[in-house]
Amino acid sequence: MPDALAPTMTGTLLAIRDLEAWYGESHVLHGVSIDIRPGEVVTLLGRNGAGKTSTLRAIMGLTGRRKGSIVFEGRETIRMSPDAIGRAGIGYCPEERGIFASLDVTENLMLPPRVRDGGLDIPTIHALFPNLKERARSPGTKLSGGEQQMLAIARILRTGAPLLLLDEPTEGLAPVIVQQIGAMIREIKQRGFTVLLVEQNFRFAQTVADRHYVMEHGRVVDAVENSEMAGSLDRLHAYLGV
Amino acid sequence: MLEDFLFQVEMAAPQIVLGLVNGAFYALLSLGLAVIFGMLNVINFAHGAQFMMGAFVAWMLLNWLGIPYWGALILSPLIVGAFGVVLERLMISRLYKLDHLYGLLLTFGLALIIEGVFRNTFGSSGLPYAPPASLTGAPVDLGFMLLPKYRLWVVVAAFVTCIATWLVIEKTRLGAYLRAATENAPLVQAFGVNVPRMITLTYAAGVGLAALAGVLAAPIYSVNPAMGSNFIITVFAVVVIGGMGSILGSVITGFGLGLVEGLTRVVYPEASATVIFVIMAIVLLARPAGLFGRA
Ligand SMILES: Nc1ncnc2c1ncn2[C@@H]1O[C@H](COP(=O)(O)OP(=O)(O)OP(=O)(O)O)[C@@H](O)[C@H]1O
Ligand SMILES: [Mg+2]
Repeated sequence: MPDALAPTMTGTLLAIRDLEAWYGESHVLHGVSIDIRPGEVVTLLGRNGAGKTSTLRAIMGLTGRRKGSIVFEGRETIRMSPDAIGRAGIGYCPEERGIFASLDVTENLMLPPRVRDGGLDIPTIHALFPNLKERARSPGTKLSGGEQQMLAIARILRTGAPLLLLDEPTEGLAPVIVQQIGAMIREIKQRGFTVLLVEQNFRFAQTVADRHYVMEHGRVVDAVENSEMAGSLDRLHAYLGV
Repeated sequence: MLEDFLFQVEMAAPQIVLGLVNGAFYALLSLGLAVIFGMLNVINFAHGAQFMMGAFVAWMLLNWLGIPYWGALILSPLIVGAFGVVLERLMISRLYKLDHLYGLLLTFGLALIIEGVFRNTFGSSGLPYAPPASLTGAPVDLGFMLLPKYRLWVVVAAFVTCIATWLVIEKTRLGAYLRAATENAPLVQAFGVNVPRMITLTYAAGVGLAALAGVLAAPIYSVNPAMGSNFIITVFAVVVIGGMGSILGSVITGFGLGLVEGLTRVVYPEASATVIFVIMAIVLLARPAGLFGRA
């Protein structure tokens, strides 16, 4: 079975404590603490500018200075370079999708190096995302927004990274596509991958996640189990201003 | 009438073919500049000096160590490329976060220093470097003209090198990393690729191409400290015309402008030294990103 997660792993896969981060002089994260257990889908909710993207970028080492602790599979990564963090087993799907215009679809798909056994093989990926096979030779950015999003996720499923960071994969997509992405995230979870998902749309988040963290002004201010979501709607409305 | 025309063509052909030899150097040098600019966003003004170093290293290998031309063709680019690694690690890498202009100023300064050192050591009169025995002797008869074997070799070697470089960049996995990192280096790094090391090696490869051109040039031009700066001004015009950073564009423009220069030498010899700059001015006005550049 091509599952990403070794069955013996228990406890916390990713433990973030008091993470602070800067872009140059501007201090954007002021103490973020998050725990993710293997096999979970956890979302990061919050308004525009709350610091969700910055949290993912800080995990990857892509912000400026960072402080605090990020322990992945028992290893402290806060001093590691982005390439070392990527190779350690964290796959990153950025907010703007990061599809390369000068690479065709297959080159985009094959770009991230394999970091570990257990990634999806190409036949499986093509079965999950038939469009990527049909359009294999088109330039990556000639795909539709939804297809580009699929490609951005598919390419990190290939690498075997057990933890995937997905930044607003549903942003700007039509409702049907959003549903497909929801189904895909559930499928990923079933295959044993762990997902940290940034979302603005908590109705969507509710359909895929086990737990939710809420961010405001660069801090995690609340955490809600998905099973308690219904009872917490007023609170969430207040945070998210919807 | 027709005879007249054929006579014209026959007269023109040698100049055009010799233009192709110059074009070979333009193509190799602007290719190296394009490779470096694409990845580092630095306009490598030291390129001419590194070309000159390539020729000098070949001369030193031959005269000090007895290593002949064919060995120098491989060793000199490696040696000068290693020098490029040191430059990139110690100096150029500190400037990536700043404006292009700083990289340009730094490499310009380096070019002056390198040239100065070579002028002080070797004088400015130029040292002879003979072509290898296998490429001397009777010229090749192309039907319409006789071309010295060595010049034919230069055109072929430059062409093959350009095509090989293009294939590596367009068709290999390493090339995919390079193209992707040109677009979004942090993301490629987050995928687990050691981008800083890749940048260093790309600079070394670009510098190595300059040195290779230098070795090819050594038997044609005398090996002298100014040989790079003579060439590089024209090469920068070629780069501007082709479009900064376009690999294929730099190759096509390099060979093409060599031909145009040769043709001008036939039609209107007085303009042959300036025709490339006239074209540059026109291209800058009509298509500022260059013929092959993305606006
Ligand atoms: N490159 C940057 N330089 C300086 N400040 C930045 C940079 N990127 C983001 N910020 C600031 O950091 C804060 C958090 O931004 P971030 O992008 O993490 O928010 P977000 O929660 O992802 O928002 P959105 O829902 O709009 O994507 C904002 O105030 C933003 O202006
Ligand atoms: Mg964001």
